Amino acid sequence: MDYAIDIRDMTVAYREKPVLWDVDLQVPPGVLLAIVGPNGAGKTTLIKASLGLVKAAAGSVLIHGRPYAEQRSTVAYVPQRGSVDWDFPTNVLDVVTMGLYGQLGWFKRPGKAERVAALKSLAQVGMEEFAARQISQLSGGQQQRVFLARALVQDARVYFMDEPFQGVDATTERAIVDLLQGLRKQGKTVAVVHHDLQTVPEYFDHVMLLNVRRIASGPVEEEFTEENLRTTYGGRVAFVSALSAAKK
Amino acid sequence: MEWITDLFTDYTLRTVALGSALLGITAGSLGGFALLRRQSLLGDAISHAALPGIAIAFLLTGSKAPLVLIIGAAVAGWSGAALITTVTTRTRIKYDSALGVMLSVFFGFGLVLLTFIQRQPNSNQAGLDSFLFGQAAALVERDVLVIFAIGAAVLLLMTLFWKEFKILSFDSDFLGTLGFPVRRLDHLLTTLFVIAIVIGLQTVGVVLMSAMIIAPGAAARQWTDRLGRMIVLSGFIGAVAGVGGAVASSMIPSLPTGPTIVLIVSCIVFFSLLFAPNRGLVFRRIREWKAGKMLRVDAVLVDLYTLASQHSSAEHPHSERVLDVMSTISGPARRTLVLLKDLELARQIDSTHWSLTPSGVSRAESVIERQFGVAS
Ligand SMILES: Nc1ncnc2c1ncn2[C@@H]1O[C@H](COP(=O)(O)OP(=O)(O)OP(=O)(O)O)[C@@H](O)[C@H]1O
Ligand SMILES: [Mg+2]
Repeated sequence: MDYAIDIRDMTVAYREKPVLWDVDLQVPPGVLLAIVGPNGAGKTTLIKASLGLVKAAAGSVLIHGRPYAEQRSTVAYVPQRGSVDWDFPTNVLDVVTMGLYGQLGWFKRPGKAERVAALKSLAQVGMEEFAARQISQLSGGQQQRVFLARALVQDARVYFMDEPFQGVDATTERAIVDLLQGLRKQGKTVAVVHHDLQTVPEYFDHVMLLNVRRIASGPVEEEFTEENLRTTYGGRVAFVSALSAAKK
Repeated sequence: MEWITDLFTDYTLRTVALGSALLGITAGSLGGFALLRRQSLLGDAISHAALPGIAIAFLLTGSKAPLVLIIGAAVAGWSGAALITTVTTRTRIKYDSALGVMLSVFFGFGLVLLTFIQRQPNSNQAGLDSFLFGQAAALVERDVLVIFAIGAAVLLLMTLFWKEFKILSFDSDFLGTLGFPVRRLDHLLTTLFVIAIVIGLQTVGVVLMSAMIIAPGAAARQWTDRLGRMIVLSGFIGAVAGVGGAVASSMIPSLPTGPTIVLIVSCIVFFSLLFAPNRGLVFRRIREWKAGKMLRVDAVLVDLYTLASQHSSAEHPHSERVLDVMSTISGPARRTLVLLKDLELARQIDSTHWSLTPSGVSRAESVIERQFGVAS
């Protein structure tokens, strides 16, 4: 069977310390997946290594059955908001247009068609009136939505998003969730690094629990259990049982 | 104003001006990118690291041809940059320490070689030491041609790879996911950067070349929020400083070129930091002061409105004294009240009593709505 995302034996070490150890992840198409785990668990590293941005000691990545290197144009990435300098001299529309640079290829400059497409995906995240805004004048949630729009304009089949809910207000979070669920309805596959355990069952249909090793992955009803969470988050039992109370 | 006509008629002056304009444009443009990639200090290390390259190129070939020395400088500068990257990725040594160490090691070695060359009996070595602080007057047509050819090639490549370099500088990880070879593009941009530095060394000198790299970009950033405009402006500032310094120093024989250029470009940076709209300190202060004033206006306006709302008419007059007591933001209300009168939001009834005008009432209502979400 063809998984949308099929990661095998992913192992990454910065210097000697292993950060990811022999991690497997299979995600069927049309699934909204939450990747959860404590700080430093290797969530960001898993995404970056899968996209070839960090060198892996071992591991292979298939996207819809073919190696990632061949499937690059069908995969979009939303980095953590803090990973770039928001004082860079450019505006919102320009950043979103960057999502199309891959399709444009070498040397070609974006033109009218690209601007129209970028405006359309800005509208999808409710940011069209910010198109001409200098990016240093955005709030955190707005920055996040600009990054989302940049990924949307790529019109990918598989999305990797690193903490898209970080620092956004409740309304924006709701809007982003609707957007993600819309993507899933179109048959796209979305893997999201997520920190708020309370909302996992509500927002997502699959979950991966990660802490250097893969603790579990699969449908939320089966794998998002107190026992798995305890293994993932270690001794923080009080916190975990508070969560399961909230689930009921 | 004689020098302006000299610029067009005097052969030496024209050569010097043209050469320094070209190196200024190239260094300024590439320096703009370096600033955005937080690599300005790398430029400093590269220019210092180039010195031994110049000396070795001379020792090996016995030639002082510009191209030979530039190639030597570029190879050494590039090796310095590569070593810094290797040291920071392979060891626990921090970037700034690696930078500092590499800079002093290469530069020290260069000075040793230069001293050695100067002790040689052969007289051909004269002039190599001008690479320390730069010697614009020494530029001849041949040098300018070389600078022109190389500078034009660098700028052409920069334009060609414009959109790739833009994302490389903003979000290199994202560039990688689009399928572009990030490392190779990074090497290319660094190489262009190195070349932009080394073609200026003869004129500006290794010690102060970094100013030509850092300063124009820093100044240009103050004036614009668009990458394209910033890089063009940065090149222009580089050219102005280059021509200014080189021409001044070639007319006054004892004036070293490097320091003069640095002086000019520093003035431009200083002016930009202070007076650029939006980002400049002066305008920011003025804006803050205006915002503060409007805040006080609104506060007193709301106070007047609140007082009046206890009466039948919203325009009911009240004593200044009460406002002084109520005012939460500023001290005495008098100055703000006078301002309100100028804005025709309030009128003075007698020496101490004030009331809102109809437009004052509506402004107060909109302020309250904005602050509390309801019109009372
Ligand atoms: N460039 C790097 N060099 C060395 N170690 C790193 C580097 N990046 C990450 N690490 C280490 O790798 C581990 C995993 O980091 P990673 O960023 O993947 O965690 P994460 O799960 O995304 O955490 P968070 O929830 O805080 O975002 C951490 O222990 C971190 O210290
Ligand atoms: Mg992370």
